Amino acid sequence: MSGPRTIFDKPNRYIGQPEVRRDAKRLLHGRGQYVDDLALPRMLHAAFVRSPYAHAKILSIDVDEARVLPGVVAIYSGADLAESVEPYVGVLSHMVGLRSAPQHPLAVDTARWQGEPVVMVVAQSRAEAEDAAELIEVDFDPLPPVVDVERALDQDTPVIHDQFDSNLAWERTVEAGDIDAAFAADGVTVIDKRFTFGRHTGVTLEPRAAVAEFDPSTDRLTFHYSGQAPHMMQFIFAKHLGLREDNVRVISRDVGGSFGIKIHTYGDEVATAAAAKLLGRPVKFIADRMESFTTDIHARDHIIDAKIGVTEEGKIVGIEFDDLTGIGPFSMYPRTSAIEANQILNLTGAPYAIENYRATSRVVFMNKNMMCQYRAVGHPVAMAVADGLVEAAAAAIGMDPVEIRRKNLLADDCYPTVTATGMKLDDLSHHACLTKLIETMDYDALRADQAAARKRGVHRGIGLISMVEVTNPSPMFYGIGGAPIASQDGATVRLDAGGGLHVSSSITEQGQGTNAILAQIAAGVFGVDLDRVRVTTGDTETTPYGGGTWASRGAGIGGEAMLQAAHALKDQVLEVAAVILQGKAEALDIVAGKVVDATGGAERITLSDLARTVYYRGNELPADLEPELVATRHYRVTDFPFVFTNGAMAAYVEVDTETGFTKILNFWAVEDCGRVINPALVDEQIRGGVVQGIGGALYEEVIYDEDGQQLNTSMADYLVPMAAEMPDIVVKHVETPTKTSALGAKGAGEAGTGGAPGALMNAINDALRPMGAEVTQMPMTPQRVLRALGVV
Amino acid sequence: MKAPDFRYERPTDVEAALALLADGDAAVLAGGQSLMPMMNFRLARPQVLVDLNRIDGLAGIAEDGEALRIGAMTRYADLAGSDLIATYAPLIARALPHIAHPAIRNRGTIGGSVALADPAAEMPALLMAMGAQIALRSTSGMREVAADDFFLGLYETARAEDELVTEIIVPKPAPGTRHGFYELARRHGDYAMAGVALAVGEAVRVAFFAVSDHALRAPEAEAALASGDIDAAAAGLEGLDFHADPNADVATKKHLAGVVLRRAWAGSSTGGNTA
Ligand SMILES: Cc1cc2nc3c(=O)[nH]c(=O)nc-3n(C[C@H](O)[C@H](O)[C@H](O)COP(=O)(O)OP(=O)(O)OC[C@H]3O[C@@H](n4cnc5c(N)ncnc54)[C@H](O)[C@@H]3O)c2cc1C
Repeated sequence: MSGPRTIFDKPNRYIGQPEVRRDAKRLLHGRGQYVDDLALPRMLHAAFVRSPYAHAKILSIDVDEARVLPGVVAIYSGADLAESVEPYVGVLSHMVGLRSAPQHPLAVDTARWQGEPVVMVVAQSRAEAEDAAELIEVDFDPLPPVVDVERALDQDTPVIHDQFDSNLAWERTVEAGDIDAAFAADGVTVIDKRFTFGRHTGVTLEPRAAVAEFDPSTDRLTFHYSGQAPHMMQFIFAKHLGLREDNVRVISRDVGGSFGIKIHTYGDEVATAAAAKLLGRPVKFIADRMESFTTDIHARDHIIDAKIGVTEEGKIVGIEFDDLTGIGPFSMYPRTSAIEANQILNLTGAPYAIENYRATSRVVFMNKNMMCQYRAVGHPVAMAVADGLVEAAAAAIGMDPVEIRRKNLLADDCYPTVTATGMKLDDLSHHACLTKLIETMDYDALRADQAAARKRGVHRGIGLISMVEVTNPSPMFYGIGGAPIASQDGATVRLDAGGGLHVSSSITEQGQGTNAILAQIAAGVFGVDLDRVRVTTGDTETTPYGGGTWASRGAGIGGEAMLQAAHALKDQVLEVAAVILQGKAEALDIVAGKVVDATGGAERITLSDLARTVYYRGNELPADLEPELVATRHYRVTDFPFVFTNGAMAAYVEVDTETGFTKILNFWAVEDCGRVINPALVDEQIRGGVVQGIGGALYEEVIYDEDGQQLNTSMADYLVPMAAEMPDIVVKHVETPTKTSALGAKGAGEAGTGGAPGALMNAINDALRPMGAEVTQMPMTPQRVLRALGVV
Repeated sequence: MKAPDFRYERPTDVEAALALLADGDAAVLAGGQSLMPMMNFRLARPQVLVDLNRIDGLAGIAEDGEALRIGAMTRYADLAGSDLIATYAPLIARALPHIAHPAIRNRGTIGGSVALADPAAEMPALLMAMGAQIALRSTSGMREVAADDFFLGLYETARAEDELVTEIIVPKPAPGTRHGFYELARRHGDYAMAGVALAVGEAVRVAFFAVSDHALRAPEAEAALASGDIDAAAAGLEGLDFHADPNADVATKKHLAGVVLRRAWAGSSTGGNTA
């Protein structure tokens, strides 16, 4: 706990207000600056020959025809780039036992998934690069692919990496209490189910994009990057391209969505940087949609066999499950592909007071695209499994699903507490959220509507979800395991001569409104009008050092750093003002760009006058005054490994039992993300997340055939949710500020994505229950619903 | 995702377009809503792209005695705004809101849909249900092919490579003809999972889309519907040549075909567009 605790004692003008973000107008005017908008002198364009096979030996590569095509400047094979790029391995020391093989930007000798880059062409235009790529003949010798996760560990399944004895990447068991005894006890009903989660990917509006420039005279690489974590990428490029870290600058201007897709080490992007270095010319690579679908990380893809035990009174005695997940042929660098499974082990059932728990996860290599962290990592799986079990248990003992939650949710006054899996929780509000949810949705009226609809042969269902989300992580997430990932963030606030503030921060803007909330915090805490704050993020050269955007941490960690920095600058400015005004700093305040009397509010001097005095006419100040009109503060979470947040959601659906189609009639979300900095932005984050969760629940699935060929690689057949099908999403808040910071903000950005799938699954099964049907495989497509009903 | 090199031609009369087609390895550009992505994915790679958009007289809807003549370059949006279509081709009017999205309907053309013959597209089935004729021209002449004989397989039609689709001729329905249309799409505007168009009058025509590799007539169902027996009609779908897609196997397609048939029948009506 740190920092001033007083800023919310008096009304502030901006924190908590639904301010319109200034970037919105700029972006709507088409003035955004995305990586593809960059055109640098002498810039070249890259295209890649990608493996058409899931698994194949690369026997030879013939580039003769391609090399002489007009416009072609360079062609690199995996072996060529291996000379200039140190391979990387996606393991972390705290993920004990996790193994992976060294990975090269372009496949060397063996290609291990369909879409893996094999040869890079650099040409004057992208079209010419693609023409040349077509002429390159790669002689592949197809190998048997590992595509069925349930057979990946079988004796007779080929092992993807020679150096390993099996395709197992990682395995972990978490155990608490005595689950066997709990399940065997008298009066305990044990229910078991298999839950299957399809492969998804986070479809960003702007695809992955890179422009790399290298200046051999200074040995400097500048990497323009559509991404989330500039400082992490700075380290990665430096280390693997053999550069000094301070000679690598990573710049993210506007980013058209990321969702966890743009925070990993992609071979084509590393190759782009390597080519720029080898050629001494800028090189651009923009992933096209097909490349996005076959190489942007995938996620989910879990099969979970789970059990829950419940007494006749509705007390949950324990949860047990086995999780099997097939990642790509490597663990993704540097965040690894085992975090998702780990989150599922840690978070399943976290909202509930559960004493007995046993869960095992096995993470196996497969010849499919790489898997890694996508928005709400592990959460939708953990939540759907736990709450799927909870609602099944309620049905089995004839109890209302709200009632069973009331009996088992952690009490609002039990904090701090520790879950069965060892997670330290504080400042949560499950019961308050559930109560607000029930009121908002008018649960009893819905049940009446559901019953009335049944009489008309219309099958409606209500599904709930209670949620615990990981947000604001401490170094315990990555740093502890040796990853080059900052968990702290910094903010700098500077008063300029004109009286405006320039602020910069190491958290990044992906389109979610980071820059807007940074400005609100700075303006609110320091005391200027919002439009007098300019924000810079996304540049390793000009911002403080920090982690960027991931794990719902921007507002909570970067926001707190901004609060502290703005507060510090305010103190510094008032100290100068006190000297100029020959008064006491404590008797002054800053409001709307002016120094005023703290009591009475009479104007004393404008910030601009003060700053101009300092900057231009220092001679008017006493010699021993050393005015500092800039302040920097950093912040990290120290008391807890993570600042967990919580919420509750509900869906009301109608299932057409003839077609298997599900219509979402309504959706409600109650979220406790601590202090809400901008309710408009938070609500839209939650709505957007819910929509993404609806995608995972009903539409989205990467489909591979038995040869490991991805069958849906365009927006026409990988279905993302669209506006016409989306329900109104009602968002409400419970605000329990975290005590770990003065700002009190927790994360909210992943809530909807985490909670919506489970709520929908429960709602669909509530609708189907009278027919004895149940769907526990996502996405819950019409065909799966029809199969559950025994119609097909 | 850049198209390979091609030559671009923009003739201003049909004869010039036909001459370019006769030279071979050319594709015509209509609304471009399907062709442009196919070229960018390098799935279509014509040497010559013949843009039809500057040719006068290829677009428009005209009444011609007992038929409507619809120019190949008539856009969906223009079909949607047409009283003639609403009155004499109510099936088209009913189906239009389900064909893609407004931006695509502003560009996409009836001729393009017919020439493309996507198995899940509405237009081929609509034309079959209406008993339409497709007019084709090449440098060697002109012919008309019945919609029933035009759609042969997956993206396969009776059109020869050097032929241009110039017109669609839709007979006005006999008075009292019932029209029904229903489709199931997971997202509004998507290609359907299953759909059907039916016209029941002096003749009975039932045409499915999105259940096979091309639009299909359903003769047994037609015979049953002639006597108004929807149960027998649904049962009569057994023998159709259903094709699976990644989201629906043959059993699902067959089942959904029965569902859309019942719903199209239940929602069918006589007269102009009621949708
Ligand atoms: C997001 C999206 C959703 C869509 N959803 C649907 C849908 O639900 N239902 C549906 O039916 N369609 C759908 N479409 C397809 C759209 O309707 C197509 O545009 C249409 O089918 C083709 O028409 P076009 O005028 O764009 O043809 P183009 O793309 O220009 O051409 C298509 C093909 O036909 C050939 N061609 C075009 N005109 C002629 C002619 N007069 N003579 C000979 N050959 C010709 C071209 O050479 C090309 O091979 C969708 C498209 C998109 C992008």
